[in-house]
Amino acid sequence: MSELFHESLLNEFPEALWDEAAGAVILPGANALAIAEWLLASGWDYCSNVTGVDYLEAEVKEKITNDAGETETVTRTEPGRIDVVYHLYSMANKTGPLIIKQRTGREGATVKSLTPVWRSCDLQEREVYDLFGVDFKGHPDQRRILMWDEFEGHPMRRDYIEPFDYEWEPTAHTEILEKHQRGKVIV
Amino acid sequence: MTTAAPNYELLQQEGLETSLLEISMGPHHPSTHGVFRMDVKLDGETVVELRPVFGYLHRNHEKLAENMTYLSSMPFTDRLDYFNSMTNNWAYALAAEKLIEVEVPERAEYLRVIMAELTRLVNHVTLVGFFVNDLGALGTPLMYAFREREKILDLFEQASGARMMCNYFRFGGLRNDVPEGWLDRTRELVDRFPAFLDEYEQLLCENEIILSRTQGVGNLSRELAVNAGITGPMLRASGVNYDLRKVDAYGIYDRFKFRVPYTDGDTGDCYDRFMIRMLEMRESVAILKQALADIPEGDIIGKVSKVFKPKPAEAYGRIEGPKGELGFYLIADGTTKPYRYRVRPPSLINLTVLRDMCLGGKIADACIILGSIDIVLGEVDR
Amino acid sequence: MSILGGGIFKGMAVTLRNFVGSYFSKERFITTNEYSWRPESELPQSIGDYPKEEGEQLSDTTTVNHYSRNFPMLLHDTGEPMDTIRCVACQICERECPPQCIYIEKSTEKKENADGKPQFYPAKFDIDVSVCMSCQICVEVCPFDAIVMNSQFELSTPDRFGGLLVRRDDLLKSNDYYHKIHPQEAATRDERMAADKAAKEAKKKAAAEKAKAAAEAKAAAAEAANESKEDTE
Repeated sequence: MSELFHESLLNEFPEALWDEAAGAVILPGANALAIAEWLLASGWDYCSNVTGVDYLEAEVKEKITNDAGETETVTRTEPGRIDVVYHLYSMANKTGPLIIKQRTGREGATVKSLTPVWRSCDLQEREVYDLFGVDFKGHPDQRRILMWDEFEGHPMRRDYIEPFDYEWEPTAHTEILEKHQRGKVIV
Repeated sequence: MTTAAPNYELLQQEGLETSLLEISMGPHHPSTHGVFRMDVKLDGETVVELRPVFGYLHRNHEKLAENMTYLSSMPFTDRLDYFNSMTNNWAYALAAEKLIEVEVPERAEYLRVIMAELTRLVNHVTLVGFFVNDLGALGTPLMYAFREREKILDLFEQASGARMMCNYFRFGGLRNDVPEGWLDRTRELVDRFPAFLDEYEQLLCENEIILSRTQGVGNLSRELAVNAGITGPMLRASGVNYDLRKVDAYGIYDRFKFRVPYTDGDTGDCYDRFMIRMLEMRESVAILKQALADIPEGDIIGKVSKVFKPKPAEAYGRIEGPKGELGFYLIADGTTKPYRYRVRPPSLINLTVLRDMCLGGKIADACIILGSIDIVLGEVDR
Repeated sequence: MSILGGGIFKGMAVTLRNFVGSYFSKERFITTNEYSWRPESELPQSIGDYPKEEGEQLSDTTTVNHYSRNFPMLLHDTGEPMDTIRCVACQICERECPPQCIYIEKSTEKKENADGKPQFYPAKFDIDVSVCMSCQICVEVCPFDAIVMNSQFELSTPDRFGGLLVRRDDLLKSNDYYHKIHPQEAATRDERMAADKAAKEAKKKAAAEKAKAAAEAKAAAAEAANESKEDTE
């Protein structure tokens, strides 16, 4: 099995996409589980790392060549998304990594849980659920893991605003001082 | 004060009822190695359900790191697994070095190996101490372990300025060279270490109480271990020959001759996990001897610009930490701060199988099984 | 097959060896050696060497080893501290400090530094001891070698807030003091600084010479042009 395993994956499942810049395969939402099972059967027995990456809505400037053959800069809005990244290795063949990603929107983020295929995703997917607010369909035990149950919000999202709950101590830092004063006004 | 007399008639009629007992072990239970809680359901003394609860030390290390420059999060990696700051530094440096093109000088590579193997000795020797402490051997073996650990920590302090929060590795090398005479002192320590290991083995490995408490307890099959992503000594105790020092040969590990101890995978019990660590220490000593013999003179840091600003890219660097595969996943977006910074904590993922190993066993065994997993809560909770 | 309990007796023999050995062998007795780096004559010999009065410190040069780091200090060259302060209040350390414990206010006007160059200086430079984690990142990022680590470790104070916020004037230490506590490191730092300065001066000199040469060449060319002009006339 070579490092170019993704080619056979793409041949088998043409609906999967290859992201050249990240060197990762983007799984289609519908049959992610089936692909994962196929990967496990093909020797990728060890899922090392599972994590989420949050991308906010961003304006991207792109240079494209138009019909007249001129280069022009076009601004387009890239919608926000959350990627769930899995790093796969093979313990049997000692190869890797094969990076697969599941992509979802930021609102009502939902992906397929791969825990039924690799048990190692269990706690890590719970962590992504906790910190990014991604719903893993089919996860056997989806609860908050690091934050407490009553906690609101998902702190690893890039637009997360920390609540005002500082215990104030005298400090030289104006930033904290301002926060304290702001808190005084609110309370 | 009056107490209600027991209703003897009722007791005689129905007999004593039994029911499942729910207890919460922790977060301050002495055998949980920090603030860790196990919600256990017991039938008598037998565990019928177990659920690990953690997060008490959570400080969102990843978010902190995403809001500061690459170099600034180096001292925070020390505090993940505070027993092994040197290997944490290395994993982070390795991932960051993948983002930029830099050649690590020869001497720095050797020193990195020396530091990592000394760290492995520190971790394993104290782990064994804590493990038998959980078994009830209070103090004595642990103190012997601490005596040896202290000597290694002295060496760390001389090289880096701090005993535990070393903050010694830099992208492209090390922060400073070791002081004069440091290598000789290390050679002396490494030469003496096998004698201590002999003594330690004599003290523990044949002890009948340890044998009967650990053999056949907390079995972990090879299939489950692989599927659950278990790494490090725990995986090798279940009979999988997978050591990143051999598989990835990161740094300069391909230059050293050493063996990877692993079992035949029949049981994968606590005794296997304990013995694997004892054997790994011998191999670490072997690596240290070779590295200390071959270490060249020269620079200790490669050519890295003072402002660390990698081009947009993704990198996943992993090393064989003393507790398992420690990985760092970095996404650079062309600024001085990482867009995404992720730690793959071996302690956390090794906890996946805690429930599987404890079910059906006695509650006293749950403590030993947790001890044999080797967790540090600073890394589990991050 | 060994007899039952043999392993336990073997272990007991080890503990006995350690127990008896602890009376004869330093190796078995000492678990930690606080100043393992220093020769025996320089160690604090007894508890009496520690400060008795409140605020009294152990001798100036008490340091655990060459790389020991506890808390940053600001360096100044020989002379009046504020006249020779190296810090120019560029605030790089404030930005890079991982726990954000440094607080700097830049001066409004420039003042001459040790080299006689007008520079900004920190009007305020506070470090919070209770937040600092002795990581030495500030030392590494400083482009002016103005901040280095002090190894003074007895910083306890009865005042939780005011006393733990160390002000600029308390942070200022002379370069000689630095040489006393970290001789090796200070020597290499001075060497590097001198080399940098020499290189800079050489560069400046070269640039000046180049400019001079260029000016001369220009003048010569102009002269030649003039001459040729004259010739044609």
